[in-house]
Amino acid sequence: MYLGLDEPVRECQYNQICTRNSLPMETLGHKKKKIPRRKWQVFPGRNRFYCNGRVMMARQTGVFYLTLVLIMVTSGLFFAFDCPFLASNLTPAIPVIGGVLFFFVLGMLFRASFSDPGVLPRATPDEAADLERQIGAANGPSGPGYRPPPRTREVVINGQTVKLKYCFTCKIFRPPRASHCSLCDNCVERFDHHCPWVGNCVGKRNYRFFYLFILSLSFLTVFIFAFVITHVILRSNRTGFLSALKDSPASVLEVLVCFFSVWSIVGLSGFHTYLISSNQTTNEDIKGLWSNKRAKDNYNPYSYGNIMTNCCAALCGPLPPSLIDRRGFIQSDTTQPVSHSNGSSMYASTQLHTHMAAATPLLHSNSVMIGGGGPPFPGKSSLVVPCASLAPSQPSLPSMPGLSCAGDMLTLRDPDTHCHHHHFASPEETPSPSGPMPLTLPCAAHMTHGGHIHPAQLYDPASQDSLHEDSVRGLVKLSSV
Amino acid sequence: MERAGTHGEMTLTGEKRDWTHSLQDMRQQAAIAAKVFIQRDYTNGTVCQFQTKFPSELETRIDKQQFEETVRTLNNLYAEAEKLGGSSYLEGCLACLTAYTIFLCMETHYEKVLKKIAKFIQEQNDKIYAPRGLLLTDPIERGLRVVEVTIFEDRSLGR
Repeated sequence: MYLGLDEPVRECQYNQICTRNSLPMETLGHKKKKIPRRKWQVFPGRNRFYCNGRVMMARQTGVFYLTLVLIMVTSGLFFAFDCPFLASNLTPAIPVIGGVLFFFVLGMLFRASFSDPGVLPRATPDEAADLERQIGAANGPSGPGYRPPPRTREVVINGQTVKLKYCFTCKIFRPPRASHCSLCDNCVERFDHHCPWVGNCVGKRNYRFFYLFILSLSFLTVFIFAFVITHVILRSNRTGFLSALKDSPASVLEVLVCFFSVWSIVGLSGFHTYLISSNQTTNEDIKGLWSNKRAKDNYNPYSYGNIMTNCCAALCGPLPPSLIDRRGFIQSDTTQPVSHSNGSSMYASTQLHTHMAAATPLLHSNSVMIGGGGPPFPGKSSLVVPCASLAPSQPSLPSMPGLSCAGDMLTLRDPDTHCHHHHFASPEETPSPSGPMPLTLPCAAHMTHGGHIHPAQLYDPASQDSLHEDSVRGLVKLSSV
Repeated sequence: MERAGTHGEMTLTGEKRDWTHSLQDMRQQAAIAAKVFIQRDYTNGTVCQFQTKFPSELETRIDKQQFEETVRTLNNLYAEAEKLGGSSYLEGCLACLTAYTIFLCMETHYEKVLKKIAKFIQEQNDKIYAPRGLLLTDPIERGLRVVEVTIFEDRSLGR
């Protein structure tokens, strides 16, 4: 039942990825012979997951390892070379306190690095289509080549007008204080900044860990710096400065590292203490969103009014759970955005069976569209909902310049067989991902042909060869009629 | 060529039989006519609240009061989850002191309320929405962005 590329049927080429089972609509998970896949494996952002989804980090983690090495080496040298002297000559409390600080620092670092910063999951195709429809209705009809202005919504929060921006990648209106991290390709709630030292974004869920990390690290740095200096001074009182340095050579390295770290880390802690007390994010502060210089009556609408409440809210408030459910299993009846290694993603709408079910009883109505998924490149949306109430004549792709519904639409040759293998294009695997993409662009004009449903498609023959390995379901693609 | 053609035809028919059969199964269950999305209401800041405005697509299916009551209760539950107060501060401080290892044994307050919300939605679906051909999706499954209301096709029409 597999119709491959090398089987041209009459003049048509069927490009179909069908599984061996009778149900052609399969998820990626089912293709792997019933091993259920977890959601992190198909996560569309540019994150890396370890320990079967328990650990989540950014793509570039080199600097994180540097941080780790610096902390461990400096602390290790301190405990090995300076602590014995200090413990015997001053008090054994010094290594104990140092040890507690060291473990706290590492604990907070790991917590900040490995947890989900507050990533907002991308919109399901139905939601995206609904939003597109609303925005389309608000903006008015536009031609296919016209890209509408950036979409914003205004909302008044505590007396201040805040603009909510539409994220083209995630297809949602970002909540206030959320921002899209270009490095991780995710929208993050209460986005502070992307920290390469920590190897992750800093957002709503891990901000307190980040803050406690830099705070405790500044204590640790100051602690080590102070006691190494004390050690060297005490030694040089006995044996002279140069021989003291010779006896504990590691001290020089530690002092150097700590000296340079103190300025940056303590400075950063101070800065974040200020941010916490005024309930701002780094992002907001840098943009000067709530500063008085912008407007006379500009104030931060999120602040609770007093410093104590702001601090408590940021550090001791309830910890929201992760919204992305990375270790959950992929349900076959939900829509999952599918990711590929190069970071771009493809929507595999596994709701086709519900679409078809919705479509079949609604055969008599004119306004049926079958959802097709192209890859959601930033700025390009391609998802449609099987909804009888949707306006049939609008392909819901206002941001697809150059692809016109009228131009290259091909209908299926055989109107009687309304059940066809459906194939999803995954153009990001094509050699020229920036070129026009094969997409499902159903048009009602073609759809109502003979009262049957014809998923009509825009087809790019050049990319055909590289597509057949990648799709989740089969849609019939015709290169010529 | 012809052989390939007939092979294709045969396969299509075989597939068609299987597909129609499974579609009929689907149809017997329920057909999704539309989905309505209740968006978030940000007028109180970043707390999780949903708009209580009654969507026009539901006018024929459910009472406006009923629906608004559901959304209002949901909003109250989410407000309870995110409430700042003595107990949440205590939990936060305790967690910090134990280096957050305490959450290996116990649930956070937020998670407890989320469970309550899931139960509430289940209950609402069973009692009120399913008999009217509607289905509420727990917002947590949509990243707390929307409350998705699935409208099923009315079985009394067309078959």
